[in-house]
Amino acid sequence: MSGQVEITLTVNGETVRRTVEPRLNLVDFVREELGLTGAHAGCEQGACGACSLRVDGKVVRGCLMFAVQVDGADVETIEGLAQSGRADDLIAAFKRHNSLQCGFCTPGMLLTADELLNTVSGSSRAEIRDFISGNYCRCTGYQAIVDAIEDVQAKRGG
Amino acid sequence: MKPSPFEYVKARSMDDVFNTLERHGDGAKILAGGQSLVPAMNLRMALPEVLIDINGLSDLGTIELDGDILRIGALARHAEVGDSALVASHAPLLAEAVPYIAHRGIRNRGTFGGSLATADPASELPACALALAANINLASRQEKRTVAATDFFKDIYETAIMENELLVSVEIPVKREGERFGFLEFMRRRGDYATAGLAAYASFDGDRVESMRLAFFGIGATAVLAPKTAEAFIGRTIDQATIDNAVPKLNDELEILSDVHTSADVKRHLTSVLMTRVLSGMVQI
Repeated sequence: MSGQVEITLTVNGETVRRTVEPRLNLVDFVREELGLTGAHAGCEQGACGACSLRVDGKVVRGCLMFAVQVDGADVETIEGLAQSGRADDLIAAFKRHNSLQCGFCTPGMLLTADELLNTVSGSSRAEIRDFISGNYCRCTGYQAIVDAIEDVQAKRGG
Repeated sequence: MKPSPFEYVKARSMDDVFNTLERHGDGAKILAGGQSLVPAMNLRMALPEVLIDINGLSDLGTIELDGDILRIGALARHAEVGDSALVASHAPLLAEAVPYIAHRGIRNRGTFGGSLATADPASELPACALALAANINLASRQEKRTVAATDFFKDIYETAIMENELLVSVEIPVKREGERFGFLEFMRRRGDYATAGLAAYASFDGDRVESMRLAFFGIGATAVLAPKTAEAFIGRTIDQATIDNAVPKLNDELEILSDVHTSADVKRHLTSVLMTRVLSGMVQI
């Protein structure tokens, strides 16, 4: 009843073909089948945002989609974003502002911050906090994360 | 945790949906955004035998204006509804409510129809549907039917949708001259489920209320209208005196249940705070 399903998708620009069980979550698929361990499986109920990945251009919860659903889709993980160079300034700002300690939330936080910087301009600190409210960080207290995003926004002229 | 095994059906047509629903009945679940269903599956609170993925049925995702009706397809994502210019001008209550729904990553995926079909008592859109007097379009192989929002929400997570039916779209009367809206909710953290919330509609003749709908959520088994309280404003202006006059009626009218975080007494207090703030905001007292 839960037979294997073949899927073909693009992950970080490369075509990937795999056979998966329907109940395999997307974040487990990219971590265990593809070895892309940047996205983390945290709460597995959509609250923490550590599993964030991009599907067809939008940041989503990797724990709340199944791998079978991304057949034909374009998936980007933090590895792809980092290698693309598109978020070099954001990643550098996270280092400069000490916007991470343990790093568990960082991949999801960067993807969400990247979506904010690409879709909204002129965000206030309150609006930045609102946008990243679905990504929990238990180390920093968020202040330094907001600092980094605000810094990049100003430097990009937004 | 991980979900229990299930069979996956990717629907390529409405017939695929109906065939699978008819074959599996209650064992089949519709997978739209999955932002409520998949957490419940990961927690093994939901154990569907079959998931029918409707995400490929792109016709179900349109937002369109049809005369004096705004039609929102079941698969329209919360983020799309929140960003839609049509929604902002014709159903501003929804534009106001969407930012309260969870977080960006959830809104990118969660759907308008899914939220109504799930009927979580603490979610925003069922209350908006009540306040807006929305009509909900359902389809089965045999028939299409329309259910008024007031007849749609039956109990906690229970709606008028039958086992062989799919929610296809929601119709909302477009905003007319003299109509105003307000939305507010209290939550423990940004994006959490509501402790208590209110979606409000009022039409005015000058500064006097012609009609009003107050839809509270997060306080009981379903979102509920408070018609007796709303009645107290008809023919009057909204001011501190009419609001004060309505508070005892509201306390009388609403049946409130405690939840794991908040007692019924606190929620009752919050409903009058919500009414005061939302109605004051409508007329900028």
